[in-house]
Amino acid sequence: MQHTSLEERKQQYHDCMTQYKAKIVICGGTGCIANGALEILHRFEEVVEAKGLKITVALKKEEADYILSESGCQGFCQMGPLVTLYPQGIFYVHVKTSDVEEIVEKTLLQGELIPRLLIHDDESGEPLADAAHIPFYAKQERTTLKLCGMIDAQDIDEYIAHDGYAMARKAVLLMTDEQVCQEMTASGLRGRGGGGFPTGRKWDLTRVQVNETKYVICNGDEGDPGAFMDRCVMEGNPHSVIEGMIIAARAIGGNCGYIYVRTEYPLAVERLKLAVKAAKEAGFLGENIFGSKMNFDIIIMEGAGAFVCGEETALMASIEGRRGMPMPKPPFPAVKGLFGKPTVINNVETLATVPVAMLMGVEKYAAKGTAKSSGTKTFALTGHVAHTGLIEVPFGTTLREIIVNIGGGVINDDGTNCGSNFKAVQIGGPSGGCLTQEHLDMPLDYDNLLNVGAMIGSGGLVVMNQQTCMIQIAKFFMQFTQNESCGKCVVCREGTRQMLGLLEDIAEGNATKESLELLEELAHVVKVGSLCGLGKTAPNPVLSTLKYFRDEYHAHVFDKHCPTGQCQALRTYSIVPELCKSCSLCAKKCPVNAISGAKGVPYVINQEVCIRCGVCMETCKFHAIVK
Amino acid sequence: MQIPIASKFDRVCQILERHQRNPHKLIPILQEIQAEYHYLPEEIMTFVSTALGISTSAIYGVATFYSHFTLSPKGKNIIKVCDGTACHVKKSESLIQAIEKELGLSNKKRTSEDLLFTLETVACLGACGLAPAVVLNDKVYGFMTPEKTLELIRDIKAKEVQS
Repeated sequence: MQHTSLEERKQQYHDCMTQYKAKIVICGGTGCIANGALEILHRFEEVVEAKGLKITVALKKEEADYILSESGCQGFCQMGPLVTLYPQGIFYVHVKTSDVEEIVEKTLLQGELIPRLLIHDDESGEPLADAAHIPFYAKQERTTLKLCGMIDAQDIDEYIAHDGYAMARKAVLLMTDEQVCQEMTASGLRGRGGGGFPTGRKWDLTRVQVNETKYVICNGDEGDPGAFMDRCVMEGNPHSVIEGMIIAARAIGGNCGYIYVRTEYPLAVERLKLAVKAAKEAGFLGENIFGSKMNFDIIIMEGAGAFVCGEETALMASIEGRRGMPMPKPPFPAVKGLFGKPTVINNVETLATVPVAMLMGVEKYAAKGTAKSSGTKTFALTGHVAHTGLIEVPFGTTLREIIVNIGGGVINDDGTNCGSNFKAVQIGGPSGGCLTQEHLDMPLDYDNLLNVGAMIGSGGLVVMNQQTCMIQIAKFFMQFTQNESCGKCVVCREGTRQMLGLLEDIAEGNATKESLELLEELAHVVKVGSLCGLGKTAPNPVLSTLKYFRDEYHAHVFDKHCPTGQCQALRTYSIVPELCKSCSLCAKKCPVNAISGAKGVPYVINQEVCIRCGVCMETCKFHAIVK
Repeated sequence: MQIPIASKFDRVCQILERHQRNPHKLIPILQEIQAEYHYLPEEIMTFVSTALGISTSAIYGVATFYSHFTLSPKGKNIIKVCDGTACHVKKSESLIQAIEKELGLSNKKRTSEDLLFTLETVACLGACGLAPAVVLNDKVYGFMTPEKTLELIRDIKAKEVQS
């Protein structure tokens, strides 16, 4: 088969682009699509054509005045749907279909800005014309995520135009397997899935194994609640994952690859399938890739909803068609992995970073971040923070910078901004722990986090305000791990169940001093007695909340009081007599008739009857009911 | 509607052929069967067991291990409420409670009497930026409140009554 070279394809793309007066990029991440991004895309086509002008989409690249492109997730989900107009880079947020007419009329045709759709500077109140000046983006260093949100994930040519597949070709045609491993070691890249194992070393361990068949697996079973970076990469730039896998295959001498994706990510599955097909057609996958003697193909497999399959040995069992239960290590996958063959298994973000680091120059990449954690890391910033979304910063950035400068500060339950309301950050999902006020200025990297009893995990950062009850958070994670425990190890299966029971006792006011002691003892047992990462780290949320919020545990256990009022069983509702207007509305709404009173006399709640449902408080128009 | 037995197995055979009757492909095979029937019917599992040469107990083991598989019929409309960390701190529980109350569901009973709705809670949809999120028949709805959720359900109910 005759292939046009990468350079030719790149040139063709750029030549083709010059004919368009403007490029309209609409964010097509899950968040923006949920807010109507696709309707906006179609509206653009309608409006432009109604004006007698021609518009085309990135995949077709027909002769036209304008080109429309649907990008991957741009990370600023909360402000969606997002529309960017190039070449100027005008960045419109919260765009509605009804705004499209005005955008075409004013901005496209006359070059005027529409202030209403721009983000305004918090301090000066001035509208900010392009994304580069918005604090959310300006304070980030988007490296792995750079192309997500810029290119159309469904168009391989856009990826090639941004030097895509150049590094895979270099690795396949110009480098030896050993050189590729050395290059990765020099980049200092460590596994982004949580463990932080050096990627170069992992590849080298697999490379030295002698076997005709070796596998490369991409772990896209991103199960941590509160983390969605892998989804964004798979949806927004699937070709970078494929390129990373080709390079990994070159390094270890692999000939077959699997991408294991969560079934909860249907869009990621669709985009990956498209990308694999396009890469095959281009000769980057299949037999004799890039015209070399190397064969490498990729199979996409959907998970079936088991969190534990994020663990590498469980994931491999799942690909083999079995229950996803972890196996003891050693033997490590590098020696005996999928179908008993040497296997390298890397996380999505790690693989997507590989070509980026090589393209940048591995020394330059290694210079970013801190000494032992080089490069940048993506974090899913969510919870009680003004700007939720997906961000990328160099290792060593402090929590304060992330929450205040990028996230726009902590918010109250009603959405208003309140800087002093910060309580804690849960990092690393159910395997991680809490960071508090005292850690706000600690540089975030693999080792610092381990030292304080947390871990980077897959990078979920859930910000919590003072109104969040830490017992509820610990209980939430315990419920999660208890549900997801595969049941193989007794201490994990039964231990997490007992720990959950103890946490429920605490939340319901039935706990004693002994319950607390037992909880700590059990946490230790589960930690040391479990086989895989799920069990070993399951007690972390309990241990870290106990460490930093012991007072809150004590209040629940000894005073039978929940300081935040989140634990329903420990709440008491009462009516402030001075504020009560005796309207009787609360008494009518009360499902158990616990409220009584008469005209002109303040109403009272009978605590013995009250079931603490809170309906009265929601009903009262005079805010006379407090908890 | 009762599907005639013969054509029922036709579909399974096609699925099995597509995967070359490879026992390692059990999970994709079960996924496709579930996409076809909306659950994993027992007689079909027995058939798959014979076709792949895997014991029924092993298939049962896999089918019950993964939360995506279900052994009982599901409702026509699937409501997934995300209860991931971000959604949880943004009060996804109030959405679950509201739906349970509206449809007469409980912790054990996840499908409504009329087989119109099945409620599922999922660990994380990865739509944390939209917390709390609800997925109704594969369409994601962000920044939900109990009121907005009930509105969605009532809309569907109204449409059902019309048709």
